[in-house]
Amino acid sequence: MTDDKPGTGPLLCGKCNLPLETGKVMVSYMGQSFPVELARCSACGLVFVPEDLAIGKMLKVEQALEDK
Amino acid sequence: MDRQRVQEREAQCIQEQPPACNTGCPLHVDVRGMMAHLRLGEFSAAFGLFARSVPFPAIIGRICDHPCERGCKRSEAGMAITISALERAAVAYGYGAIGLPKRQKVTKKKRVAIIGAGLSGLTVAYDLALKGRDVVVFEAGERPLARLRAMAPAILPEAAIDADLAALHALGVDIRCRTPVGEAAGSMPDIAALLTEFDALYLGPGPVPFAVAFPGLDCAPDGRIAIVSATGATSHPRIFAGGGQRYGAVFSPISSVQDGRFAALSIDRVLQGASLTASRDNQGAYPTLLYTDTSAYSPLPAVIPTDPAAGLSRDEAIREASRCFPCQCLECVKRCEYLAHYGAYPKRYVREIYNNDSIVLGTHKSNRMVNSCSLCGVCTAVCPQHLDMAAVCLEARRSMVDKGKMPPSLHDFALRDMAFSTGPAFALARHQPGRDASAAVFFPGCQLSASSPDHVIRGYAYLRETIADGVGLILGCCGAPAQWAGRSDLYEQTHADLAAGWERLGRPMIITACANCQRMLQDRLPEAPVVSIWTVFEQYGLPAPRPALAASTFALHDPCTTHDAPDIQKSVRHLLTELGVPVVELNEPGLSPCCGFGGLMSFANPDIADKVVDRRIGENDADYLTYCAMCRDNFARRGKRSVHLLDLIFGTRDVDPAGRPDPGFSGRQENRARLKTRLLKEVWGEPVDATGLDVRLFLSPEVAALAERRLILRDEIRAVIASAEKTGEKIVDTATGHLFASRRLASVTYWVEYTADRGGFTVYSLYSHRMQLGMEPSP
Repeated sequence: MTDDKPGTGPLLCGKCNLPLETGKVMVSYMGQSFPVELARCSACGLVFVPEDLAIGKMLKVEQALEDK
Repeated sequence: MDRQRVQEREAQCIQEQPPACNTGCPLHVDVRGMMAHLRLGEFSAAFGLFARSVPFPAIIGRICDHPCERGCKRSEAGMAITISALERAAVAYGYGAIGLPKRQKVTKKKRVAIIGAGLSGLTVAYDLALKGRDVVVFEAGERPLARLRAMAPAILPEAAIDADLAALHALGVDIRCRTPVGEAAGSMPDIAALLTEFDALYLGPGPVPFAVAFPGLDCAPDGRIAIVSATGATSHPRIFAGGGQRYGAVFSPISSVQDGRFAALSIDRVLQGASLTASRDNQGAYPTLLYTDTSAYSPLPAVIPTDPAAGLSRDEAIREASRCFPCQCLECVKRCEYLAHYGAYPKRYVREIYNNDSIVLGTHKSNRMVNSCSLCGVCTAVCPQHLDMAAVCLEARRSMVDKGKMPPSLHDFALRDMAFSTGPAFALARHQPGRDASAAVFFPGCQLSASSPDHVIRGYAYLRETIADGVGLILGCCGAPAQWAGRSDLYEQTHADLAAGWERLGRPMIITACANCQRMLQDRLPEAPVVSIWTVFEQYGLPAPRPALAASTFALHDPCTTHDAPDIQKSVRHLLTELGVPVVELNEPGLSPCCGFGGLMSFANPDIADKVVDRRIGENDADYLTYCAMCRDNFARRGKRSVHLLDLIFGTRDVDPAGRPDPGFSGRQENRARLKTRLLKEVWGEPVDATGLDVRLFLSPEVAALAERRLILRDEIRAVIASAEKTGEKIVDTATGHLFASRRLASVTYWVEYTADRGGFTVYSLYSHRMQLGMEPSP
């Protein structure tokens, strides 16, 4: 793993070469959907999910939905 | 899950059965609870427990004939706890600390007459007064408890009797002395008169024959009243009796109190019009079902009071009570990290799992628990009642799958790994090259192929040389992951496919190299003759030449999947003798714990799985020897030097076979795919195009370990990078120059942080989530 945490510098969309902007993105699991604030490309819509979110809050919500 | 079956299983767990000291006491004093207080010096609390069961604690604490001590398991390790001495201490240091018991309030007045102020009669008085009945005691003598007052004061001081009588008076019991019954003269009441004035009668006249003939009250040949021991009932429906009248000259204080208690319950039931006999099964002394293994305790002698007349001092009582283990079973919990992890024992777990299964709306809190059992069966083997927790967990898993309540993330990885093994990259079913029939077929299984493909090549060569008339080969999976995951559908399908391959080869004898494969085949393909490679070695002889072996001693670990296959365990031991390999046994046969892989526990609960492995590998310093590839690799993964029996039979290319690392999940799949390619090329002479993505990856050991922990395969990393490089859909971290790319494969989105360099890709981190991005909820 790198010492430099992702997101320390500005994030660019590799395709459009535009900086990612924070916006609402719908995420869904087990038939449920929620809006989440995520960085994404305003042009092509490419979304970035940072590691700490994926293995942290997102995982907790996934597990809670699985146990419903 | 069937409710009745759940109750039967709950009953099989005896952990909550009371200990022998409690069931041996006619009053069921909570001796174990008292000991727990006494060892902490909590004399008042100990006295409180004693007085909750015993009506005259100051008296009984001195003179009880203590049948409890006969059942004390401490006698197997030293001497029985001197419970009677400790009861006396509880009274001496705890009496008065609790308030006097109070009468219940009742709306309907009922009056009960008691004849004889002995221990049994006064117990009836005490119990009924507590229930709010009006009680009058008629005593012919000068004072109540006359027989006790005749005892030496050193044994029973007058003060003890007075204290307990004071408590009885405080309950409102009216004791009339010098009032004999049966002389129908003057103010002396006779039985007929009492029966009109009172709702019920208790006769406790002591040991001498009751001289009063009364119509409807039958006597035994010895002249005493005929009494039903369990209820105190006589032939008259409103007259009860017991105590010395039942026992004669043999004075057992606690038995007299017991009779009083039984009769009081009967009288109360008569007063309420309830059944005399219902629900009285465990009344009085009875043998307990609780099992307690005392072999681990070193013998300790009883603490003798320095001043026998004064009894145990406080310190002496604390020391004596500390000799109580206390009694409990927990045989399974002692041996199982999984059962220990959740802090209770199977009786509770069975209920919890059943409740979890019954939830319709709400959170299923025990889903992970149900799926964390390795299904190894050690608990059943050591349980005095053979409660089968593996069956409980497996049934619950199947039910979860049936109801669509199985969390998808728990088994997804393992089932996809299984799909790899049953898919085209690995699966195969063929006759030996140059033959169109098979006398036998080798089924090495997915995990030996994943761990030691060389052994599969050598094993297949050995079998072809050894067994005439052709040995075919089936590569695939026995379906164990599907079975463990509760996926009966997938398990059946896997076996249908296996059976089809076996039929096509002409139904040959199947030779396995994994005890679990053997078990699954015998379960689902009972018509197929199945034999382990160990038995084949035993029959046909070990291959030559044999590798040179260092003369070190190994600790032998039987895979948990051989618990019901003692023949395999025996064959292995014969082979070890033949090889001249010295081994020490880690446990009795049939009691091997799981290596942490069984039941897919490591996927549902990696922390418990690691605890299971770590406990096992800590049991012996010698290198471990086993004959299950998964066990070996799990031990290696947690740092234990371990060899597979085939390492000793065929030798390996490793300089230090016991130091061989766990190949990891990616390595396992790659090994399987390469094995198939090699076999096709080397055995069948068919060149195979190496397919797959040509993406070179560089992973530091830390990142490789992270990939293992997060269950992300190198092939999945390649797929993410390949698609990002093709479509350009990647994110650039301008601070580090690292790229982030993701791809959804099956039901998981994988993310890889990487850079392109050295003609390949360096991976810095990787993670995944199951949530889908940008999706509207499905209807």
